[in-house]
Formats: sequence, structure tokens, C-alpha cells
Amino acid sequence: MDGDARAFDDRSPGVEQQESTANFVSYTVGLGLAILATIASFAVSQTDLLWPPGVPVGLIVLAFAQIGVHLVFFLHLGSGPDNTNNILALAFGLLIVFLVITGSVWIIANLSDNMMPMPAH
Amino acid sequence: MLGRLSWAAIPFNEPLPLVTMAVVMVVIVAVLAIVTVKGWLPYLWREWVTSVDHKRIGVMYMTLGLVMLLRGFSDAIMMRTQQAIAVGGAQGYLPPDHYDQIFSAHGTIMIFFVAMPLVIGLMNFVVPLQLGVRDVAFPVLNSVSFWLTASGALLINASLVIGNFARTGWMGYPPLSELAFSPDVGVDYYLWSLQISGIGTLLTGVNFVTTILKLRAPGMTYFRMPVFCWTALASSLLIVAAFPILTATFIMLLLDRYLGMHFFTNEAGGNQMMYVNLFWAWGHPEVYILILPAFGVFSEVVAAFSGKALFSYRSMVLATLGICILSFMVWLHHFFTMGAGADVNAFFGIMSSIIAVPTGVKVFNWLFTMFRGRIVYRTPMLFAVGFIVTFVIGGMTGVLLAVPPVDFVLHNSAFLVAHFHNVIIGGVLFGALAGYNYWFPKVFGFTLDERFGKASFWCWLVGFYLAFMPLYVLGLHGMTRRLQHIDNPSWQPWLLVAEAGAVVIMCGILCQVAQLYVSIRTRESRRDLTGDPWNGRTLEWATSSPPPAYNFAVLPQVETIDAFWEMKQRGLTLAQSPYQTIEMPRNTPIGFVLAFFASATGFALIWHIWWMAILGLIGAAATFLIFGWSDDREREVSAAEIALLERTRPGQGRVA
Amino acid sequence: MTMVTIEAAPTALAYGHGGGGPAPTRTVVAYGFWIFILSDIVMFSALFAAYAVLSGNTAGGPSGRELFNLRSVFVETACLLFSSYTCGLGMLSAERREVGRFLLFAALTFVLGAAFLFIEVSEFSGMVSRGAGPSRSAFLSSFFSLVGMHGAHVTAGLVWLVYMVAQVLAKGLRATVLRRLVCFSLFWHALDIVWIGVMTLVYLLGAR
Repeated sequence: MDGDARAFDDRSPGVEQQESTANFVSYTVGLGLAILATIASFAVSQTDLLWPPGVPVGLIVLAFAQIGVHLVFFLHLGSGPDNTNNILALAFGLLIVFLVITGSVWIIANLSDNMMPMPAH
Repeated sequence: MLGRLSWAAIPFNEPLPLVTMAVVMVVIVAVLAIVTVKGWLPYLWREWVTSVDHKRIGVMYMTLGLVMLLRGFSDAIMMRTQQAIAVGGAQGYLPPDHYDQIFSAHGTIMIFFVAMPLVIGLMNFVVPLQLGVRDVAFPVLNSVSFWLTASGALLINASLVIGNFARTGWMGYPPLSELAFSPDVGVDYYLWSLQISGIGTLLTGVNFVTTILKLRAPGMTYFRMPVFCWTALASSLLIVAAFPILTATFIMLLLDRYLGMHFFTNEAGGNQMMYVNLFWAWGHPEVYILILPAFGVFSEVVAAFSGKALFSYRSMVLATLGICILSFMVWLHHFFTMGAGADVNAFFGIMSSIIAVPTGVKVFNWLFTMFRGRIVYRTPMLFAVGFIVTFVIGGMTGVLLAVPPVDFVLHNSAFLVAHFHNVIIGGVLFGALAGYNYWFPKVFGFTLDERFGKASFWCWLVGFYLAFMPLYVLGLHGMTRRLQHIDNPSWQPWLLVAEAGAVVIMCGILCQVAQLYVSIRTRESRRDLTGDPWNGRTLEWATSSPPPAYNFAVLPQVETIDAFWEMKQRGLTLAQSPYQTIEMPRNTPIGFVLAFFASATGFALIWHIWWMAILGLIGAAATFLIFGWSDDREREVSAAEIALLERTRPGQGRVA
Repeated sequence: MTMVTIEAAPTALAYGHGGGGPAPTRTVVAYGFWIFILSDIVMFSALFAAYAVLSGNTAGGPSGRELFNLRSVFVETACLLFSSYTCGLGMLSAERREVGRFLLFAALTFVLGAAFLFIEVSEFSGMVSRGAGPSRSAFLSSFFSLVGMHGAHVTAGLVWLVYMVAQVLAKGLRATVLRRLVCFSLFWHALDIVWIGVMTLVYLLGAR
């Protein structure tokens, strides 16, 4: 039964726990933070709020922050021992995403640098 | 009406595929006829096709892998023969158009439809039993996975008789694989067959990660799991992480071919190097997906046949996890010569050398396990020792290739071909054959014939060295891979030795066929009555041979590593009571039906029969929706039923 | 639900090290779906990588700066974000077995998701009609497939949502249906997470 599972078992992401009021607050706070992050992203990208060369970094930071908000407030990902499997799986996934994207960009950029001069694509 | 399909698709003017097709058709029809006449169809449908039992699915995977080994090997011996005779003025018997399809099909089939099914088949049968549970996390998904893999195998075999296969090699590099240079159905067969089976494999990965992390017997903490389960976990994690990359890459190539997009074309800004990059970002983890379970098999076999616990369990686990992570950081070594700069090449070269270290740790652990053990040289142990020697050689040539300047000379040469066959045959195939011999009695209730087993081992070992050591030499002499005609007559003696090796391997395969036949004929003399023919250490040996459908009447309470060995030391058997009602998943035809629609859709897309493709997709979606509605997926096995089954089952948990 | 006394629970050693025996079905299903979601994210990352590499290859055709309309992107983002919120509230209602409120939030989620799709399809068809379709250049191929793949997932999610509403109406919020709803909500939140990536890397960075 799911009830006694909580005495000694793992939580899974997305599964609501018993304290539903806490969860309503969680969703609403999450929504608020995400709205802020979204507006900030648009502002950073479309205005001169942030020093221009720093805009890509700023946008990526804001994106990560918003993703974090989703994971914590919407998917209830926590840091307790009952969440270890979920965090490990997420960390593994993030590592792979990082390797695929940055690896590919680094490799292809390096290869492009070594290409002979060509007419613009 | 039928897209670009016409009678011209059937190779009436090419004797080789035509004759092969005829023979295969005759065999299939004969088998179907026998099965029907003997009234086995209802049994096969009820007990195998619709089964969601991991043990049955494991057997079906192994059968698929072994049957496809015959096809892949036929391609191999045809290539060896062509290279042995087409030297200088001689043209051989395979025109380039055919030869190109054969080496492409050989690689594709061996990786995706031999090695993967063999490894996944072993994982399927063994992992739930070793974990002390009743089935995998998602049994119906398991059945879907198998049947989708079979669907991919069906499509690739169809390319032999209807249309043609890709001529691009098993990797399908653009621009050759783009429409401009491969306008026919070959590349489409390749892409759709692998996309379909790729979905099946991905679902297997999800299934086993969940099973190993969430479904274990009470008391089985992570560091009490058998090493085979750790390697299965690492391999499954790699499947989950790597196969989506292949899916995305093939989607991009399919979009280029079907909707005129420009990911990898020569015009409009396409970048072919991106395909190579992404393909190998999948491709390198893929070879670790194959080898890690083989390592796991050897860990089990070496411990069992040395009569000792595996040396340094913890370092084995850490090495496995280390290999898992590192395997995602080396993929550029497959294209050192594509033109990246020194720093990129150096990084990946160094990482490729580093990844050899945890494998070395494993080899030493196996050797230390054998040291001062009481070694019994049954067939699985022979394969293990053969593996250690052969794989180390292959690994060393790999580290050699990991040095970029060396790779500049040896990339795509026969040396490379020798290296990867060295590690795949010496590692993956020997592991699969060791596992096959080791677990066969558990699966079927009788051991395999030992003499033919040993004979097959020696033929494979000697045949392998004869077939591939000459290729190392030829690579160093400058011979490239995939040659349909040899210009340099000094290479011929080596190629003739390689051909002899292929013939010896063929004898090995014949010995295996004979082994199976003889073993079945004389099975009564080799019945496994105790469930534990090898004096094993892990929980699968605690069950009867074959185990009951529910595996364990009462889930074992685990307190140590090598839980069954511990039980035997204490004079215990599996708990006999109290029996409680068990819920087992019901059989379902969903997997088979989905695969039927997948095959139809794939075939239709290949031949541009759009109405059939749409119907196939609708059928698949409908099957999915119908299945997704039902809640009645399980049936109960009552305590009384269990008691009856346990009483009448021979060898239940009795200690030898 | 039964209460479990502390003496009957497995030992402290087992807790946290996974020695408690097979997990309950709900945990197993949700975790398995979480793993599947992670694999889907890896697939998106390959498409992101292709976009990152090919975004400059416009082959003399239009670039992102000329094509992207950030106002509609903002509206799309708001729709998807709020639909994630209503999805979450719907799950809370489902856990409390409040069918009526669940159906309300499901409907809101559907409407917001459909609005997102409508805007996206309009954007795509607008681009195609201006000659900036996916076969114009490598940049456009990678744009259409990355953003289109996300849109295809959203479409599948909407179909799934309708299917789940049908199940709830027919069978009520029983355990099997709840498990599937958990999977749906995981999927829907993950799609919003992917959209954050698309919004940032494709639109906000591309429109500069």
C-alpha cells in the first residue's frame, strides 16, 4: 500500500504527498518565481539592463534557475534520502545533456576552424 | 497505389539473393507447416508470443540473436571469400554493388540484431532471478520491446528479397546516405528498421534501470546485488542515455530524405560532420552497452567455476560505474581524422586511454579470483579464459588506436577492423556464448552437451585468431577496410589465412548447432534435478530448473552478497511458507500486434506507400489506446495453487 | 490505508540503501516514467546540439533575427507556464479525489496548451508562406525540427489529456488512473522545462 511505503521508501518525482495545502503553496510560489524568471529573461535579452557581452550567460543562468523552479516546486524534487534515486537520475541526465551539447559545439567549432575558406553558406 | 514498389524490386536477375530467398522461404514455410500440423500454434501463441514473462522473453531474444548470427556470419564468409579470391586480375564473384550491401548488412545485423539481442536476452532471463523478484518492472513493455526488435530484424531481412539494402556501411554517413547519392530504398530500410528496434531497446533500458533500482528482494541493498546486475544497470543506464541520440540523428537524416531538409546535405548549409559527431556520441556508449553485461557474465562464471567469491566486489562495482560515465567522454576517437585540432584530439585521445584503466582493474580481479581457486574447465570457463587473453589483446590495440598520430595511419584500415572484431568477438560474443552455456540448464532443465561445447569453443578461438590476426598485419601494410577488390598480390596469403579462419569459425557454429541438437536428443541423461548444476553462488540457482512462472514462491530475505552461497553454508533452502496470493501479469498480444503495425508502417514508409503508412500508424495508436484503457492486467495465483506447484516441482531449492 | 508500526519496518540499514524489498507499484511506475522523460530530454539535447551547430547556416536565406516574433513567444511561454500550473492544481485535486475540480483544471490545461499550439502553428505557417520553410536552409531545418518536435510532444500530450479525462469520467479516480495521471503530469512539466530551453536558446538568443 502506498501509505506504509512512506515509512521506508523512496519518493518519486511528480507524486503528490499528503500535505496538499503545502503543495498548493508550492505550485503558486513556483508559478510566481517562473513568471519573474521569464520576464527577467525577456528583459535581459531585449533591453540593455545587462552588460551586452554578458547577456548569453545571463540568459542561461536565468534558464537554469527557472528549470530549477520547475523541478522543485512543480515536480517536488527534494534533497532527502528518499529522493536520492531521483536526484542521481537527474544528475546523470544533466551530465549527458551537457556532454552532448557542449561536446558537439566544441568539436564542430574546432572542425569548422580547420575548414578551408569557403564562400558564405 | 503501391508507392515505388513494383516487380522490379525483386532481384530476379541476381542468383545469389534469389536462391537465398527461395531457401529461406522454404524453411519458413516448412517450419510453419510442421507447427500447424502438430497443433503447436495455440501453445506457441499462448505461452510464447503473448508471454510477458521475462524468462520467455529472454529465450526469444537469445533465439533471435542466434538465428541472426547465422545471417550475419553468412555475410562475413561471403566477404572473406571475395577478398581471398579477388586479387590482381581476378574479379571475384560479388560485384561492388552487392559487396557494399553485404558489408553494410553484416555490420548492422551483427550489432543490432545479434549482439544486442544476445546481451538483452541474458539480462532478461537472469536479472529478475538474481534480484530475487518475480519479473521486471514493466512486463508488458518488455514484450513490446522484444517484438519491436523482431520487427526491425524482419525489415532488414526483407531488404534482401524486396529491394536492396544500404551501400553506405553500417554507419550510414551522409552525403552518401542522402537522397542525392542513395536515392533507392536501401538507406530507408536501414533507417526505419533501426528506428523501430531502437524504440524497443530504449524501453528495455528504462525497464531494467527501474527494475534494478526499485525491485529487489527484501534485504538486497545495492552492495549485495550480484555483479551481473550491476553491469546490467550500467548498460541499461547507457541505453537510456545513448539511444535517444541515435533516434534524433536518424530523425534528422530521415527528414533530409523525406522532407527535403538540409541537416547533412551538401547544399543549403548542411554539415555532414555533425552526423558523424552525433552518430558516434551514440556509437561509443553502444559498444559499452554490449560489453558491460558480457563482463558481468564473466564475473559470475569465473567466480562459480573457481569455487571462490569474486575478488574485490567493490572495485568491480566502481570500475563498472567508472566505465559507464567515461564511455560518454571518448567518442571523438572514432573520427580523429575528420580534422579537429590538436587540443580536441588530445583530450579525447587521453580520455580513451584512461577508460582502459577500469577494464584493467576488472581483468585483474578475474585473475585474482582464479588464483588459488579450484578451477573447473567447463565450457563457460573456457570461454572466460579465452576472453581474458583475447580481449586484452583487443584492448591493447584499442589503446594503440587511441593515440591520434597512430590513428592517422590506421583509421579505417584492416587494423581497425581487426581491433573491433577482436573486442566484440573476444568480449561480447564469448560472453554471450559463456552465458548461454552457463544458464542453459536453468532455462531448460538440462545441461548442454559438454564435448560439442568445448569443440565449439576451440573452433571459435582458433578460427578467430586465424581470421583476424592477418588483418592486423594487413592494416599495418596499408590495406583499408571494405575492399571489394585487392590490387596488391602480396596481401593474398594473409587473406587466405583469414578465409581459413572464417571456415574454422563456421565449424564452431556447426558445433553449436550440433551441440543443441545432441543435447535435446540426450537431455534425460543431463537433467538438472537440483536446480544448481554448477554449485552456484547467486539466487537464480536457488530455484528449480526451469523456475516456476512466479520465480520464487516466497521472496527470499537477503543478508549478504552471494545470497545463495550463504544459504548453502548455513544449510538453508528457499522459504517454503507461508504462501500468500501472488499477482502475476497476464499475457497479452499487445507487443506482437504493435510490432505488426510497426513493420507494416516501416515497410510502407520505405516504399512510399503513404496510405498504408497512415493505416499502420492508426493501427499502432489504436492498439496503444486500447491497451492503455484496461485496468485488469494481472491474475491471481492463490496460495493453494502455489503449494501444489511447489510440491510437484522437481529440484525445488534442494541443496546438492 | 493501513498503518505500519515502527517495529515492523525494515532495519535502518535497509532504509536509504534500498533494502526494503520491491517498491510499491506507484513508485515504480512514476520512477520508470521519470527515467523515460530523461531519455526524451537527451533526444531533445541532440536536436539542440544540431540547432546550436547549424543556426548560423542560413544559406543566404532569412535568419532568426528576421523571423522571430518575440511577442508571440512571450504569449506562448505564458500559456505553457500557466498550463503547467493548472496541471499541478489538477493533480492536487485528483489526489483528493475531487473529480469536478480535477476536470476544471484539466480543461484549463487543455485550453492553454491548445492556445500554445495555435500560436506555434500560425508562426510556422507564416514562415513557410514567406519562403522560410524547413527546406530553405540548415538553420531552418534545425529550427523547425527542434521546435516542431516540442510541438509534436505538446500535441501528443493534449491527446493524452483528453484520453485521461475520458478514463476519469468512465472509471473515476481509481489507483490505476491516478498512476497514469502522475505520468501525464511528469510529461507536461517536462515539456515546459524543454520550452524554457527553446525560449532561451532559440528565440531570445536568436533574435539578438
